Amino acid sequence: MTKINELFQEELKIINMGLQSFNENLKKQNVKTVQVDWEPPAGGNKKMLSWLDKLK
Amino acid sequence: MALKYLIRENTYYDSVTLMIISREVKKIEGVKEVIVGMGTELNKELAGNLNLLTPELQKITPNDFFISLDSIDDNIAKKAFAFVDELLSKKKAESEDYQPSTFESALKYMPDANLVLISLPGKYAAREAKNSLLNNKHVMLFSDNVTLEEEIDLKKLAKQRGLLMMGPDCGTAIINHVALAFANVIRKGPIGIVGASGTGIQEVTVMIDKLGSGISQAIGTGGRDLKAEVGGIMMIEGLKALQNDPLTEVIVLISKPPDKEVARKVLSVLKEGKKPSVVYFVGGDPEVIREYGSIPGLSLEDTAHKAAATAKGIPIEDFTGFTVIGIDKIIKGETKKLKETQRYIRGLYTGGTLCDEAMIILSDLIGDIYSNIPLKPEGKLSDINKSYRHSLIDLGDDEFTRGKPHPMIDPYVRQERILSEAKDKETAIILMDFVLGFGSNPDPAGEMIPYIRKAGEITAKDGRHICMISSVCGTEKDPQNLIEQEKKLKKEGVIVMPSNAQAVRLAAAIVLSRRKST
Amino acid sequence: MVQERIEAANKKVMEIILNGQPTLLDIGIAEEVIPGMTKKTILHAGPPIKWGKMSGPMKGAVTGALIYEGLAVDEKEAAKLAASGEISYDPCHHHNTVGPMAGVVSALMPVWILQNKTYGNYSYCTLNEGLGKVLRYGAYSDEVIKRLKWMENLLAPLLKQALKLHGPIDLKTMITQALQMGDEGHNRNRAGTSLLIRELAPYIIQTKFSEKEKIEVLKFIDSNDHFFLNLTMPACKCTLDAAKNIEFSTIVTVMARNGTEFGIRVSGLGDRWFTGPAGIVDGLLFPGYTAEDANPDIGDSVIAETAGIGGFAMAAAPAIVQFVGGTAKDAVNLTLKMYEITAAENNIYKIPALDFRGTPTGIDIRKVIETGILPSINTGIAHKDPGIGQVGAGLVKPPMNCFEDALQAFVEDLETKNLV
Repeated sequence: MTKINELFQEELKIINMGLQSFNENLKKQNVKTVQVDWEPPAGGNKKMLSWLDKLK
Repeated sequence: MALKYLIRENTYYDSVTLMIISREVKKIEGVKEVIVGMGTELNKELAGNLNLLTPELQKITPNDFFISLDSIDDNIAKKAFAFVDELLSKKKAESEDYQPSTFESALKYMPDANLVLISLPGKYAAREAKNSLLNNKHVMLFSDNVTLEEEIDLKKLAKQRGLLMMGPDCGTAIINHVALAFANVIRKGPIGIVGASGTGIQEVTVMIDKLGSGISQAIGTGGRDLKAEVGGIMMIEGLKALQNDPLTEVIVLISKPPDKEVARKVLSVLKEGKKPSVVYFVGGDPEVIREYGSIPGLSLEDTAHKAAATAKGIPIEDFTGFTVIGIDKIIKGETKKLKETQRYIRGLYTGGTLCDEAMIILSDLIGDIYSNIPLKPEGKLSDINKSYRHSLIDLGDDEFTRGKPHPMIDPYVRQERILSEAKDKETAIILMDFVLGFGSNPDPAGEMIPYIRKAGEITAKDGRHICMISSVCGTEKDPQNLIEQEKKLKKEGVIVMPSNAQAVRLAAAIVLSRRKST
Repeated sequence: MVQERIEAANKKVMEIILNGQPTLLDIGIAEEVIPGMTKKTILHAGPPIKWGKMSGPMKGAVTGALIYEGLAVDEKEAAKLAASGEISYDPCHHHNTVGPMAGVVSALMPVWILQNKTYGNYSYCTLNEGLGKVLRYGAYSDEVIKRLKWMENLLAPLLKQALKLHGPIDLKTMITQALQMGDEGHNRNRAGTSLLIRELAPYIIQTKFSEKEKIEVLKFIDSNDHFFLNLTMPACKCTLDAAKNIEFSTIVTVMARNGTEFGIRVSGLGDRWFTGPAGIVDGLLFPGYTAEDANPDIGDSVIAETAGIGGFAMAAAPAIVQFVGGTAKDAVNLTLKMYEITAAENNIYKIPALDFRGTPTGIDIRKVIETGILPSINTGIAHKDPGIGQVGAGLVKPPMNCFEDALQAFVEDLETKNLV
């Protein structure tokens, strides 16, 4: 059985990254979700991102 | 000047609660100064600073509660004391559940998550999608503005790991009967769908439901999947999964006309499986579909009809007519009401594929159609805000939605547009789609009604009548409820047809009937 | 690779922090026990600062200390002396010491003496004077000086004797218990103070002081919910000090403010301070005060958050979140957010409301910058003018540039070592 067919047998458990309204609509359908409070990494600061990358 | 105080012995409240209450009471008009607290040395000192310390208050202990206030009169003091008690017994509103800040920490809270739904800005969306796939999660990528290269990279990775990679630009999916992003509530049944078009999937699933049948899964692939560069990767993985799915008996594919090679590739995979299939390439060549043993659909509605018939084991017929009783009477009646100058159809669409389908049907029946997304380059409107002759407008296209919410959510652009169409003396018919389901506006019909009415007032001034035709893409199980929405529209004199195809054919029939009579 | 070095260093730092055993041993006089202390030294909270740049509460506290030491008779003389260059100012942190609010420590002041039993290092902190008009908020009236003298002449000697009779007190265990009783160790210390007084009371009774004196001491401690703060702070200090100077570590070992600037120190960056402007506290003000009255963030008490308690343990003390109009769930969410920027979960400080999950411990500067989440700090608000006292309490965050500057220094450091 492929992973997609496995998914068809499982209960959906969703990580929502982005629009809060999508998360709310999933909750209305009684789906287990986690809403990610997403921010661009390092607030989009390129200098910081390049330093962080040096340490990876 | 009225200093009033109140003491309650041996009555404990938390100091923070009391500080908050002090602050709220201070806001009451007529209250000059107030302190609400327990009888601690500190609070007595503060009260003294504010000239609110009386000899009685001096005597109380830290276990006693007190209010001391200076107000313009006794009534205000009474009001303030009552307010304090109200606040002391008030319950707080519910707070949000915790929202982790990254995908990694989200995994800590839901380690058995199986699908990630991403609607982040395109710049970052691809990175998060890749991270999700690398963590063996299926992905639905709603975001657009993801590059073709990123899309190919993501889909190859997903294929390698046997995961779903729905998107980018995937607006609709129904997995395990859960509506994801913009999707409707559809009955369970044996029809499985893979679609490269959001509203295409919506219309087909809704029609299947209206016909009494149902779906197993509806997988979205995003709009570019069947381009040569992407090669139909996800459509093929999706339909393979449906071929292996015990609950799927009939497979439906929906897409804009694909690259020829890709079409053949996809159709041959379909052929290898044993399950019957119905394929609709919006406006595409039905021959190649027949060549590979699948059944071609002639419209979204016809596709749904054929799939439902196949599932029921009854003979399949092309459906290009009407299911509305007395349709001829309607056509005649509307034709009569139109004035000499009124000649043209104006389609104001929120669903891109519904607009496409409308253009294809209409151009076959009545000739050239102008649009912001025309079938031929010659059909492009020079000003997308001004209709010319027969014009069908996709209000959800990028040119209209830059910096603005999509018309399926925010009706503003269509509200304005319907008024300018009403002012145009050449407008005979206005065609509108109303898309329901999760993600859409909570009351699409209700939002347009006042403007439909206003349009009617504008036309009534010079004795004109505009024929309003619409279809509602939804089910009675949707949050907006199909029945309620149709009722609202009918009440306003809008002709509500059971499908987009029928709404469009009705508009064409009226135009043709007028041509005959002039 | 460099990431492995960093992870290994951080692991070591966390091991040291989590194995710390802060223990209360004794009480001593500042100039006798604090290394580097002299008659003319004034220690203060936060990163280095000169008299001219000090904010109102700190200037007031310095004034009060000089009068208390007998080096000046009044405010005027004190101000002259303070600016004369004769007095040497230094952060408490440079002397294994921490001080709440202005954090001023002078030669004659009695201090708690703590030792991190696992690693042997010491830490010090004055005894908490009480609430309202006190030295640490910049008050220096006769009443304040009188109280300080009483503490020097009665409170400290009596408690010193009581401690000797009792023996050392395991503060780690006491803090753990306090966290499970509604405290968070920074802005809420009522449970800790209660546990302490309960522990010491039988021995206070047994000291060779008069009944009147014993009653005075017990009443004094009882009247001050924050008495325990001056123990949680040095407990966190000696825990973190043991983890200093681990090369390649990105874990924060000090956070502190002097009322003008906020400063941090990072284990892998030695003694360097990274500073930025001290923030304005978002919170509730006592009746009669407005936002204009507030002094910027001040005090060494943020060592609590640095060690994984205080604001990081807010889920254990939901009452505090009301300062910013929050609910108990918001308090939980505030702690949960801190897990995103820390290296480990505490092994001993556990939070009942989170199913006894350990508090988020060990701030990693990389995570702060990547997520944009700044440490959340619970704190009191001082009046900006000296001599008035506390005017409220709430939440505050450090300036992001402290972490950014530290990251830059860290990378540059590695570059000079040719490791990146």
